[in-house]
Formats: sequence, structure tokens, C-alpha cells
Amino acid sequence: MSLAGGWYLTLGAAIFSIGAMGLLLRRNILVMFMCVELMLNAANLTFVTFARMLNDIGGQSLVFFVLVVAAAEVVVGLGIIVAIYRRRAAAPVGGDSGGGALRGSVDDLHSMEG
Amino acid sequence: MNLAAPLIGVTVPDAITFAGAAAMCLAGAFGVVLARNPVHNALFLVLTLFGVAVTFVEQDAQFLAAVQVIVYAGAIVVLFLFVIMLIGVDRAEVLARDPLRGQRPLAVVLGLMVLAEVLLLARSAWPVGQHSVAGPASGAGSNVAKLGRSVFTTYLLPFEVTSALLVIAVVGAVVLARRPPGAGHPEPPLEGGAEAHKVPEEVNR
Repeated sequence: MSLAGGWYLTLGAAIFSIGAMGLLLRRNILVMFMCVELMLNAANLTFVTFARMLNDIGGQSLVFFVLVVAAAEVVVGLGIIVAIYRRRAAAPVGGDSGGGALRGSVDDLHSMEG
Repeated sequence: MNLAAPLIGVTVPDAITFAGAAAMCLAGAFGVVLARNPVHNALFLVLTLFGVAVTFVEQDAQFLAAVQVIVYAGAIVVLFLFVIMLIGVDRAEVLARDPLRGQRPLAVVLGLMVLAEVLLLARSAWPVGQHSVAGPASGAGSNVAKLGRSVFTTYLLPFEVTSALLVIAVVGAVVLARRPPGAGHPEPPLEGGAEAHKVPEEVNR
């Protein structure tokens, strides 16, 4: 029905490393969040592969729970992002250099201090 | 190293399905990392999720494939798109300066190191654990029945804890996304009159 487990594990490894690199390279907070979701999907793929290789339904149950936790994490994380954006957009634009053009946007995580 | 060993017992439909699923996953993953417009990133994420769902179906996890499409692609990515639309799509990232000196090359090096390490662990010889600890995955019976029996008997406590987690997440999201009262915009008055047409000014921020 399916190929040997190593193929799927390699695919999961590739997706995980692409997500990790994207998390480190991108600056837009939403894209970084999506890279975290990529890594979670790679972990899910690995769980299902091992569930098949070890003939254990526990691996699939764990994917179920990872899905639930990922959904809860996305909800809370996006709520935090919206709250930060609202607070920054409502802040008065001061005379600081370099940050003025980016106020009110969520690009450049670096500028989300304070 | 016997290069033909991974290909033993592979039929052509299996290979084509896996190649298609892998192409979707990798194209989506590269698209998430490389696209400029955040909406395109979200759509590439949907492509990856569908590719992963195909690999789930290939490995006899049909229920998880359906749940993946419904929950991940149908709810989580929609949530991402809501937030992208809410807080701005049209700004380009400031990529000129890095917070850490040399972050970009270091990120690529570290990503490749992660890939090398995980590939080292991804060879088929590693899963030497005990088989079927929580119940068999293959064999007689439907996948949903086996998964349900496992979740509701062996993993009942985590199941209840995740239901509590979901309630906490919903409450937290409502609290986070709520505008604080008296934060500078007046409540729209119930009756009409002179103040009713001041409300659109506050909304168009």
C-alpha cells in the first residue's frame, strides 16, 4: 500500500528543516508562525510513519493531540499578534528613527518591542 | 550501501502517489518560506497540508487525513487569512538589516545542519521499539474505530486535558482580541442623532 518508512521520514525531515530555515530567515511574524505550522506538520508525518512501521495506533492518537494543541496554539498566538498590533497602532508615532515607517505593521518582529 | 533496498516491494501507483504528495509538500514548504505576499504564503501552506494529508491516506491513517484537511486547512489557515487581512498585507519586509550580525547565512547553515541530523535519524533501521504498544494500527477493523478506541481508553486523560485546553484557548483568544474598554473610541450610541455619523471615522483607522 505504501513505500518503506524511510521515504516518508526523509520527506518529514525535509519539511521540518525547510520550516526551521524559514523561521530563522523570515521577519514577518505571520510567516514565522506558518513555518512553525510546517514543522508541526512534519512531526505529524513522522508520527504517522512510525505508527505504520511499528504497527501502533498510539502514533495516530498522538497526531490527533498534536492537531488539537496546534489549533489552540494558533488561536492564542494570532490573538497575541492582533493584540500587539492594536496596541502598537494606537501608540502615538514618536520621533524615533527607522521605526516610524513600520509602526502599525507586524513586519519586522524586531520593531515590536515596547 | 544497497541503493535498491528502499525500492523493494514498491508498485508503480505507490511510487506515483508518493512522488505527487512529496512534490506538493516540498513545493508548498518552499513557497511558504519564499513567497513575498503573506496571502500566498497561506495558500502554499494549504498545498503542504494537502500533500501531508495524501501521505496520511497512503499510510492507512484515513481519519487523520480528513481531520487534517478539515481542521488545519479548513480552520487554522482560514484563521491565518483572517489575521493577514486584518493587519495588513501590503507592507514589504524590511530585509536590509538583520537583528543579529550574519543571521541569514547562519540560519541557512543551521537549517542544513538540522536537515543532516534528522536525515541521519530517518533511516529505516531506527524504529526498534516494541510493536503495537497501544494497539494495532493495521489489520481488521476500520481506522476510525481503532483510533477512537485508543483515544477513549488508553489516552482518555490527554483527551480530557485537551478539551480543557481548547476552552482555555477560546477564552484566552476572546480576552486578547477584545478591545479594552475606554481605549479612546466611544461606544456607538444606541439612538441615532448627531453622534451616529461619527462612528465611521473611528472605524476607518
